[in-house]
Parts: sequence; structure tokens; C-alpha cells
Amino acid sequence: MASGKKTLTVQQLEGLIPALQRRAYQVVGPVVREGAIVYDVVEKLADLPAGWTDEQAPGRYRLQRRNDQALFGYVVGPHSWKKYLHPAEIRLFAAERQDGTLRILNNAPPPPRRAFLGVRACELAAIAVQDRVLQGDRYRDPIYSARRKGIFIVAVNCTQAASTCFCTSMKTGPQVERGFDLALTELVGPEKHQFLIEAGSDAGAEVLAELESVPASPEICAEAKAAVEGAAAQIQRHMDTTNIRDLLSQNFDHPRWDNVAQRCLTCANCTMVCPTCFCTTVEDVSDLTGTHAERWRKWDSCFSQSFSYIHGGSVRSSTKSRYRQWMTHKLGSWIDQFGGSGCVGCGRCITWCPVGIDITEEVRAIREPAASPKENSHGNP
Amino acid sequence: MATVAANDPMLPQPHRVRQVVKETPDTFTLTLEPSDGAGSSPFRPGQFSMLWVFGVGELPISISGHPAEPDRLVYTVRSVGSATHAFVGHEAGDSVGVRGPFGTGWPVEAARGRDVIIVAGGIGLAPLRPVIYEVLHNRNDYGRLVVLYGARSPRDLLYRKELAAWARQRDTQVLVTVDYGGLSWRGHVGVVTTLFKYARLHPARSVAMVCGPEIMMRFVTRELETHGLARADIYLSMERNMKCAVGFCGHCQYGPHFICKDGPVFPYEQMRPLLEKYEL
Amino acid sequence: METLEHILAEHPFFTGLESYYTSLLVGCAANVRFNAGTYIFKEGEEANEFYVIRAGKVALEIFAPQRKPIILATLGEGEILGWSWLLPPYQWKFHARAVEDTRALALDGKCLREKCEQNHDLGYEVLKRFCQIVEHRLEATRLQLLDVYGSRG
Repeated sequence: MASGKKTLTVQQLEGLIPALQRRAYQVVGPVVREGAIVYDVVEKLADLPAGWTDEQAPGRYRLQRRNDQALFGYVVGPHSWKKYLHPAEIRLFAAERQDGTLRILNNAPPPPRRAFLGVRACELAAIAVQDRVLQGDRYRDPIYSARRKGIFIVAVNCTQAASTCFCTSMKTGPQVERGFDLALTELVGPEKHQFLIEAGSDAGAEVLAELESVPASPEICAEAKAAVEGAAAQIQRHMDTTNIRDLLSQNFDHPRWDNVAQRCLTCANCTMVCPTCFCTTVEDVSDLTGTHAERWRKWDSCFSQSFSYIHGGSVRSSTKSRYRQWMTHKLGSWIDQFGGSGCVGCGRCITWCPVGIDITEEVRAIREPAASPKENSHGNP
Repeated sequence: MATVAANDPMLPQPHRVRQVVKETPDTFTLTLEPSDGAGSSPFRPGQFSMLWVFGVGELPISISGHPAEPDRLVYTVRSVGSATHAFVGHEAGDSVGVRGPFGTGWPVEAARGRDVIIVAGGIGLAPLRPVIYEVLHNRNDYGRLVVLYGARSPRDLLYRKELAAWARQRDTQVLVTVDYGGLSWRGHVGVVTTLFKYARLHPARSVAMVCGPEIMMRFVTRELETHGLARADIYLSMERNMKCAVGFCGHCQYGPHFICKDGPVFPYEQMRPLLEKYEL
Repeated sequence: METLEHILAEHPFFTGLESYYTSLLVGCAANVRFNAGTYIFKEGEEANEFYVIRAGKVALEIFAPQRKPIILATLGEGEILGWSWLLPPYQWKFHARAVEDTRALALDGKCLREKCEQNHDLGYEVLKRFCQIVEHRLEATRLQLLDVYGSRG
């Protein structure tokens, strides 16, 4: 199946995108746009953010110039691959009503055939999480399935970590393990710029065979391994996930929720950037004649005021209840629902929160036992 | 142009409105049947459909018809907003889209050979009516049937003729109460829990199915336990807003449960720790 | 500083109780205070005590999922909070929340239940007094239900 590891230079890697284009893939990957590294169509290697890195902290993201021309010398930005697999806006169906007869039209064009270039380990884990949610349960989402099928994935092993990363706590990285067609580890130094490359599937091996490469020496393999270990060593944030599901379900009234509620703006940034958040809403539109109608699906967030309601009002009016819902779901009840955590430790929610709420810090705080209000109040005046 | 496969959970299947009955000033019962001879959707009592109103929106509505008549889908809907208002405004011959059925049903199989206690509040009787139909249709398979039903006022009572007909059935007790009696009501006045003192129950061999506003369900389950029912024999039907009914939109989550696919019917045991959590 | 015995003896609820019983009750009593906003007890919890409110205000609340908690009644200085401790299933039916900083005398209902079981004369005195409270509240609730100020269709 998979061929052995190979080495190629950055010049030799130029052949990758054309090889994918020859197979009718639209290649999407990281590009610099408006001060961030986001995902968009890439035509050639030069479209990638060569020589850029990202500096991330709670509520902060800045691009900085590197002193080399590394193509993948950064981690993850505000986009995740869900923008392609679980689109932000999509039409579910159209309908026609003529002479009292209703016809539902299921005539959406097939989605483009895509290759994802530059998928990090945490992102592979996130795709696997969404696979489980949208394909692996009682129902299959046909929109996700159509887009997921036949995706060609070129993964990249991280050789550095941002300060907001915590993939090691969630056991999702930095080493890419499975779910990819090709995996790259970039090795850039004063005199060289090369990649360790390996195939993870037959489709990957076929593409690899079209590229000029040499078998990877044990030295290169060791260097790549050390580079990835170096990324793990740079990880600053940690989340203790021991019994986290019970911890969260048993601390519904923990005072920390009031604390975070004073900071949270319910802006929903975290849910937009989170690679596993999947909630959507629907919108019906019709034309003026009333003969043509469409139903559209759009991303939604549990932070919106009327996300959960019954007749009479919202059931989560307070900021506190909505933040608690998001965090408890992501880290705790997701496990009940899908057999594993919804969090992959990518750190995006920490970076893109305008007030810098750090989910790892919130977990730490919830682990602190809360004094029971009764204990505080029984006593002599 | 691809048309909808029968029972595709994602796309509405066109249905035609057969009949519209006004139950109360704001509540209507619509009977639908599949358009153009398309297949019917057998359902279990307690399940719901997503009813699509052309260009307006979709409504999760419990099926309240006879399970033995799957090609006559019956829905009792209260007009409270623009989508429900549009739905109840349909006339016979109009087209409506239907997806489903979805969700878990009432434990009608587990209740065989046992007494069945139905406790309904307001429009909560609608999702329970198929159980009553099922029990009366297969009378020998069940023990006593006790129906306790409370509504706000006499004008708000659903299915009044049927309630009277059910009361006349063998080994069946139907008790109705209202919060406000008005001038001509001669029946019980008080919340539905006040009916328990008149109900003839054999708790050890009963299964109770409860549907109504959450406050009502909290008090009723407490009353059932006080009357000796085991928690494991009590079932509730829960409600939250839904956009998809297939566990993808995320809106109907209640604790770890998706009400659309893990419910809407739940064993009380599962709901008990959640019901007391405000803003869950 | 007032002793608990003194507070109890002066309170109208305990008027007429033999001093022997008052002493018994003192044995089950403690001073407590609740900051404004604190929940004194919650619906569904085990009911094992009751309170004589000495200062402040307490709201009896219930919540429906789609609304903020609804206040059913408010109790103030001198009023007794809680009778669910007296009868099975010994479970609070509503929430009680201190609306203002509240000082109260907390009486151990579980302890008192046992004492009433042992001493039926004490039990009768306690039940008589609680019946009065329940009657007042029921009457008030019925009047509240009439919605006399609202329009009725």
C-alpha cells in the first residue's frame, strides 16, 4: 500500500499541485489575506505563505516575517476545512408551487473535487470528529458526504507550536497519524529546503510516484521526527481531560460560570473558528409570485440568544448559560453523543476570542472545588 | 431533475391537506395524505414530522392520528407564531411538505399487559392520542386505561367528543379538569394533579406517559411517584426548537440528548437530573 | 444579645408553647444569614429545615425553561418559610431565594420531625401552627388566582 518515506526539495515539490490538477482536483490551501493565513484556492506553490509565521495569544493574532522561506512555518488560522466540507451557506432544496401542486427540486450541482493542501494533525482530527457527527450517526448529511467523498488530503506535520495550541493534551498532534493521502514534514535550514514525504493511501502513493524524489535517509527521518517533537515541546497550554465529562455535568452551578459570563460577549467567534462546531440554522425564502421557494442552511452558534427556545422564550437567555452550554458540550456531552471529545486542541477559540477567554484556563478553574453557598451562609451573625 | 425519494429524511415529500378541523380558538387539526399516491409513512405513537410551509418554514409537530392509518397523517397545531399561523391557515386541497417520521415513540410495546396512565396538559394530549388509539384498538393487549387531562379553560379542551367516547370504553377512566371553569363548566376545576385522588390506579402494574408544559410534567411525575409508580415506569415527551430533526443542526440539545433523535419521548430516569437545571 | 430562646419565645408563631417545648425547639435552632441573591433551597431538594425570617425578604420561585424564574410569593420579617419538611416526601416544591440580605432562624426539621413522633403533644402544637400558615397561604393563593385585576374573556 503506502510506499516508504521519500525526500524531495522544495523545487521538486513544485510538481505536487500540477499532479493534483491533472487529476481534476481543485487545490485549496493556506494563503495570506487581510493579515491572516486563511484557506483558498492555490494554483501553484508560490501562492503559499512562504516566509510567514503567525504569533498567537489569547485574543491576538499577528503575522510576522520569518528569516527563511518556509512554506508551512505557521500553525492554524481563523479558517478550518469545515468551510469546504460543511459550507457556511448552502441551499438545501428548491420548490415550485403551480396550481396547488408542490414539487420539491433536489437539483444542486455536484460539489467540486478538492485537494486539501496543508492539513495539520489537529485538523485531521477535527475532520474525523465531523465525520462522526455528520456521517457516523443515525443519519448521514448528504451535503457533507458529497463534499467529503474523494477529498485528497496533503497533511503537514507541525514543526512549531503557537502559544494557544494544546493538541498534545487532546492527543491529536502534532504528529499526523492517519487519514491522509500524503504527509509532509518541512525541513528548512540555511543551505537547504526539503521535505520528508510519505503516502498514507494508494491515491497518495500514485501521486507521489509522479514526483521526483529519493528514498529518505535515516538522518532525514530522524531530523523530521525531532522537528515534530520540537513542536510538541513548544506547547505551552495544557488541558487536564481526566473525567472531564463528569466534571462539567456535575458542576452546573459552579461560580466560575458567572465569572466567565462577565467576560464573554457571546460574539460567537469561537464557534465560527472552531473546526468541529457544526450547528446550523435554516432560512426559507420565496419569490414575490409565491411560485418558487428555497430553503437555505447557514452556520449558527449556540451563543445566539434564541438558539434554544420553546414557545414563550429562549431557554438560555443568560450569557452564562450559553457559555456553559458551549463548553460543556464541546468537552463533555460530546463524549456521550459521539464517543469522543469535540475539542482537538487547535487553540483557535483562544486566539480569536476578542476578550481572550482561554478554554484550558476555564477547565482548570472548574476543577477548583466551589464552596457551597449553604456552607457560607450558615453561621453566627 | 431529481425528485424526492419516498421517506428521504432530508427533503419534504408533498402532501395534500384533506381536512381542517378547528379544535379551539387557536388550535386546528389538519389531516394530510401523500400527494399523487406516493407512499405513506408508518409511524410509532410519540413520533413527529417536520411540516414544511412553502416559503415560510418548517414545524416539528407530533403526529396525533391513528397508527393503524399511516396514510392519513393528523396534526394538531396551536397558532402561536408566523409559521404555525401559516400552517393552520391551509385549506383542504393545499399542499404541504412532510419529512419524517422522526424520533423515539412511547413505550407501547413495554406497556402491553399493563395498565396505561396517560397524563396530558394542554396541547400535550395531541402526542398522546395515538397511544390511546393504540390501546383501544388492541384492547385485550392492555390493562386499565386511565386518561388524566388538564387544560386552561373549557374552551381550550381538545378532542371533547373523543374524550367522552373514550370514557365509555371498557376498563377505561377519563378525567378532565380545567384551571378556570368559567360560568357553565360543571366538571373538575384545578390543576391536573388534583385528578389523582379520583383515579383508580394499580401503580405496580402501570406505565405512565406524560406530556405537557415542563412545570406540569415536574409536578405530575412527583405526584405519580407519591402514588407509588416506579420511576422506571414513567415516560415524558420533551420539546425544544428544531431546524433539522436529524441531529445535525444542534438546536434541540438538552444536556447530552438530541430531542429530535434521542427523544422526544424519554424515560423519566434520564430526564430527572436535567429537569431541575435552570437554563440547561 | 438576644438568645435563641428569647427570639423564639417572642415570635407569634411560638406563642403559647410551653417553655419545655420552646427549649426543645431551641435545641434544633441556629442563626443563619443569606446574602441577597442566594438560593436558600431549590425545588426537588430534600426538605429538612424551615426558617423563621427575622429580617430581609425571601421569594418563592418556580422556573419554566423559557422564562426567568417566576416569583409566586414573597415572605418577609416574621414569616415562616417552608413546610415541606413536615410531610412526606420531604421535598421542596419550589425554590426559595433571598431577595435582600436575610437573617433567619433555621430550625432542624428532621430533628423536629423525630421529636414530634416521640412526643405527640408537641406534634399537635406544631401541626396546629403550620396548618394555620398553610390555610393563610392557600386562601391568598386562591385570591391571587382569581386575577381580579385582569380582564377576562
